[in-house]
Amino acid sequence: MCGIVGMRLKNPELERRLGELVVPMLDVLSSRGPDSTGVAIYGREADPDLTKYSLVAHGDGLDWQRLASGIAEHLGKPVELRQRGPDAVLATRADPDAVIRSLGELDPKVRLAGFGSSVEVFKDVGSAGEVCERFGIPKMAGYQAIGHTRMATESAVTTEHSHPFVVARDLALVHNGTFSNYASIRRRLSAEGVRFETDNDSEVAARYIASEMRRGLDLSDALRSVLKTFDGFYTLLVATPTAIAVVRDSFACKPMVVAETEDYVAMGSEYVALGDLPFIEKAAVFEPEPEEIYSWQI
Amino acid sequence: MADLTETVRELSCAELSVREINAALRELPDGTHVRIAEPRGHHNLAVGLRRRLDVTIAGNAGYFIGGLCDGPDITVEGFVGWSVGENLMSGTIRVRGNASECAAASAHGGLVVIEGDASSRVGISLKGGTVAVAGNVGHMSGFMAQAGIILVGGDAGESLGDSLYEAVIYVGGKIRSLGSDAKTEELTPEDVARLHRIVKVTGFSHISPGDVTKVVSAKHLYHFDALKDQKY
Repeated sequence: MCGIVGMRLKNPELERRLGELVVPMLDVLSSRGPDSTGVAIYGREADPDLTKYSLVAHGDGLDWQRLASGIAEHLGKPVELRQRGPDAVLATRADPDAVIRSLGELDPKVRLAGFGSSVEVFKDVGSAGEVCERFGIPKMAGYQAIGHTRMATESAVTTEHSHPFVVARDLALVHNGTFSNYASIRRRLSAEGVRFETDNDSEVAARYIASEMRRGLDLSDALRSVLKTFDGFYTLLVATPTAIAVVRDSFACKPMVVAETEDYVAMGSEYVALGDLPFIEKAAVFEPEPEEIYSWQI
Repeated sequence: MADLTETVRELSCAELSVREINAALRELPDGTHVRIAEPRGHHNLAVGLRRRLDVTIAGNAGYFIGGLCDGPDITVEGFVGWSVGENLMSGTIRVRGNASECAAASAHGGLVVIEGDASSRVGISLKGGTVAVAGNVGHMSGFMAQAGIILVGGDAGESLGDSLYEAVIYVGGKIRSLGSDAKTEELTPEDVARLHRIVKVTGFSHISPGDVTKVVSAKHLYHFDALKDQKY
């Protein structure tokens, strides 16, 4: 069991309150997933040439300042560093492939939680209340977020194994459920050269969607491929800077409730996650049907 | 009918935990009218009650509302999450809004009324109660239902009545598809009389008792047989 939430704001006036809206949604779903929590937040100020790298320290003693200056020196481009609790965000105009390669070379303790010009990723072991407080999420602004509260069933409880998985530029995924054939799909993707960070089944789905989108599919078509390829019980919530989409397996075994108003589209594993949103009583509330793709574009 | 002078007890989810609310409900004598305020999607409200209480849940509620009850009349003034009235033994549960998946799962008796739509698996493994949904129901409704009645005022989703046993399903609208071993059958005068009674109790006057589709088991899978051509 896990809890997933999503929020796409239509009313720009609510954007400064995004964190304040999303944190209580995660908090009530911590009973579905008490061991780890994560959020991907999409911000407006995106500059397509500037990439932000959400980084996590694996173990103690990571010197972020040294890492940032190492990358700046190595790639010959300025690097901006913003520390956030034990973790950090680096922002630079250097070539993303080169940055990602040099991260591991410069410090084996650093882990990439996600990257993009729009998205920032916050995830850690701990309950929703603790993790959101640690990163200061209640005060964050943005136009879109997806989040996850994890109850691990098939791989370890670590920051790297927690959701969201942001494995390609600005593409974030959260998953409630389990896949049964993910090892075969991972083998196939590995043979095609895709590299995996963890043994988590949801990472396979994230990398599969990324690989389908690299082939030119849009998000909805990539999710149609997921329906054909993946076996198991799942509700997936996937976001890009321009779209947010939901899909459920053919039995709709994992829950999902969507509420749409003039101001927002909100998704939660249970209605209780949506119950305190503004004007929820006026929202159109429905449950996505099995094997249907629901997507909202900007 | 509640006496007009009767006082209504109020319990609020804003002040009490679900466990405290259920404990307080269990202490109330037969005939008490009680209102549960600010349910805000909480799970497991009004479960396991064995007295003839009249319980109103004043808003949207979560999973397993009214589950395992044997006697009370429960009204939810909003919508409910998964498994409302699961394993209901007797009494009634009326949901003014929509219900999520597995409404009245495994109910042995009593009546579950959904005034809106219900999601998938309505009456899954039903064992004897009656479930009446004014609107539509989702896929796999009536799956492996062993006894009891499912009445759908609107349309039914895919695989209706898959692997049915002795339960009977009536659908006022369209059926997207029947599940394995489900078949339609002509209505009998007994069916029509029974539907008149259910329409009267539920107030679902949009349903015409003589104009519904009856779905029952074709009984090819009634007894397990491993050589049944993979029909399961």
